[in-house]
Amino acid sequence: MATLKVIRKRISSVKNTQQITKAMKMVSAAKLRRAQEAAVQARPYAEKMTELLKNVSARVASEAHPLLTPREEKKVQLVLFTSDRGLCGGYNTNMIRAAETFIRQHAGEREIKLTLVGRKGADHFRRRGAEISERYVDILYKPADELAGEIAEKQISRFVSGEADAVYIVYSRFRSALSQVPTVEKLLPVTLAQTDDAQAQQQTEYLYEPGVEQILASLLPRITGIAVQRALLEATASEHGARMTAMESASGNAAKMIGSLTLQMNRARQASITRELLEIVGTAEALK
Amino acid sequence: MADKIKLRVVTPSRLVLEEDVDEVSAPGELGEFGVLPDHISFLSTLVAGEMSYKQGAARHALVVGGGYAEVLDNVMTVLASAAEFAGEIDSARAQRAKERAEKRMGEVNFDDPEYPQLEEAQRRALARLQVASKETRR
Repeated sequence: MATLKVIRKRISSVKNTQQITKAMKMVSAAKLRRAQEAAVQARPYAEKMTELLKNVSARVASEAHPLLTPREEKKVQLVLFTSDRGLCGGYNTNMIRAAETFIRQHAGEREIKLTLVGRKGADHFRRRGAEISERYVDILYKPADELAGEIAEKQISRFVSGEADAVYIVYSRFRSALSQVPTVEKLLPVTLAQTDDAQAQQQTEYLYEPGVEQILASLLPRITGIAVQRALLEATASEHGARMTAMESASGNAAKMIGSLTLQMNRARQASITRELLEIVGTAEALK
Repeated sequence: MADKIKLRVVTPSRLVLEEDVDEVSAPGELGEFGVLPDHISFLSTLVAGEMSYKQGAARHALVVGGGYAEVLDNVMTVLASAAEFAGEIDSARAQRAKERAEKRMGEVNFDDPEYPQLEEAQRRALARLQVASKETRR
């Protein structure tokens, strides 16, 4: 049976761990709030841009620009967003699993290369010996728009040069602190949500300056950048949400453990008191 | 007949401005253009430069990065890569950016692929400096 001293030591060590998980939870909650705010603030720009693109592209044929033209997908680039750090529950595992499912589904007929954003995913696929085109680590130290621009530019040039026939992104959509949904989306070629005829007729006729084609040509790369940035912001919010939840349950588990250890300790203490009493009584009897 | 335009300036990081104004002028790709109430529906690309708007007697200036401007039903939406009011501009930084771009422009060939980017950077820096100096003169 564990001695009193050993149990006391365990309790104090679990308490230390609990303090750490509690602090991490608090930090994550604060960071989550900031990440959510950033995502919300970026929304009006993205929405307006998409609206513009729809408006402009309704006026031109779908072959008007290389970034709009679908090709037979023989070579596929997959951009996976994971986090740089662990201790965030199943977040990275889920992301990696989503990517692997995608790879398995398409492995036969297509050649898949990876772009990995975040250290956890990069480490995982490097160990597997997968074909990695580029890696971005230490993502949280860079402003989201800069990093997103860098990634988008690289993918656009890859798509235009024919090195990839399609680019997909895998990221975690942030629903709430408790729920993050791994999502696969096509980044390139740019696909437009279908507009029905009634809506198309309602669209206003603009005066374009310089011309529809030029505006479209400058819009498309920007839209791609925005899509990457949104994915990045959602992924960041998801990471903090997942970490907050994981740390919350870790703190709960620590509290439970402290409870059961305290019970054990009290039992041990009572047992030793009883034993001592018996000894005293026994000795007194013997002395009579 | 409306007598005001609603002006919204949006950047990827935030909504910079949303206000009713009397008159706007913005740096279009084909030259500066002005917008008054009841303007025709209009869509233009913007280059880095100075944008200003009038509210009553007061005229406010801000510097915008490249982007787009849409005018529709007396609402003007400016989508810019960046937008700053005169008071927010870091003149020293803009000055450094201008010098850096100009130095590099002297080094590379005119038909180098980098050249248009440098020109763009120089234009951004100049626009910032211009708007900032206006504000200090006042």
